[in-house]
Amino acid sequence: MIPAAFDYQRADSKEQAISLLSEHGDEAKVLAGGHSLIPLMKYRLAAPGVVIDVGRIEELSYVREEDDYLAIGALTRHREIETSDLVLTNSGLLAAATKQVGDPQVRHRGTIGGALAHGDPASDIPSAVLALRASFIIQGPSGEREVQADDFFTGFLETALESDELLTEVRVPKLPNSTWSFQKFNRRAQDWAIVGASVLIADNQCGVGLVNMDSKPVRALPLEQAIESGASAEEASELAAEGLEPPSDLNASTEYRSHLARVLTKRGLQESGK
Amino acid sequence: MKVSMTINGTEVSADVEPRTLLVHFIREQANLKGTNIGCDSSSCGACTIHLNGESVKSCTVFAVQADEQEVTTIEGLADGETLHPMQEAFRDCHALQCGYCTPGMVMAAVSLLDEVPTPTELEVREGLEGNLCRCTGYHNIVKAVLQASGSKS
Repeated sequence: MIPAAFDYQRADSKEQAISLLSEHGDEAKVLAGGHSLIPLMKYRLAAPGVVIDVGRIEELSYVREEDDYLAIGALTRHREIETSDLVLTNSGLLAAATKQVGDPQVRHRGTIGGALAHGDPASDIPSAVLALRASFIIQGPSGEREVQADDFFTGFLETALESDELLTEVRVPKLPNSTWSFQKFNRRAQDWAIVGASVLIADNQCGVGLVNMDSKPVRALPLEQAIESGASAEEASELAAEGLEPPSDLNASTEYRSHLARVLTKRGLQESGK
Repeated sequence: MKVSMTINGTEVSADVEPRTLLVHFIREQANLKGTNIGCDSSSCGACTIHLNGESVKSCTVFAVQADEQEVTTIEGLADGETLHPMQEAFRDCHALQCGYCTPGMVMAAVSLLDEVPTPTELEVREGLEGNLCRCTGYHNIVKAVLQASGSKS
């Protein structure tokens, strides 16, 4: 399968990437590791006129410790995140979800920023950053802005990124004393989750992000509130699919996905000590 | 556009379209046919090669992304007539039947042992998650990787 022809531009700095994005607007797509974009282009579900390769901007690949959060550069590859001592110690849930992405070859190439900017409800990583209440740093021609994970995912493969903006950093709260669990249900190795759940308990706060339970990555808000009000894992997990519209496809019906969400969140909550 | 990369220690340059996939560059421009195309959708792992020393699926990388980088294919593993220890282990353990997945499987296994030199059986199975084999049932492949890891340590 060969993608449609495109014009290739390589950006060597984030400023250059933003200037190329400003120039080409909606015509352009950003290429990082390529493991979300290239398959879409091969299936011709995406046919950008211009591809802006940001994959070599080394200044965007890092995991740094700040006061109360970890700053993770958007071009940090999955493999680096799943093996980073800083991530394993402070945000173990993110490492666990990242380790479930695709397979080793995919994780050698794929980047956290690429996976998040793709905005895929079937992806594992958005569920973890939602549960962790992470925030995203977005850079555009007029400067930087910070967007909360809750406001970043706006629809199916849609995010808060404007056509001239670049996701540059993910800020993940440091929660070394949290308990957490990543649950993924699929039928074959390396498959996408049919349903997945990121569960995080930190003091009295509960965060639950779900995979493939709506048209965009979502939190299970009624479930979280129930836990925070003292409900048991059994009681709260009954609310896992409340208010959500999970898709129905060859893998699973809407009803089955709702059932899986209840089962997986219950397991996740129990594994997290609830 | 002009793309140049080092493949198995030799520089290869060619004028290709930006949409050219790395696997096609390797097979057609470098004329190295050991890297197979299987599913062509980053599932089966038959096209696994090393890009700067790490296993990647070359059907899901544009050749231009490997511009000025180091690529190793299955042809680059053996030292003349002397097989790489992983190739030797695959032969000893009869870790292949039709052989179509083998180049990718060997490249993934070599990369796995670079990262985890003495893996457990479970780590081998998880480490080869991205490579499908429809003949062997994986048993002898896992055995070969464990044998190669022993010979390495």
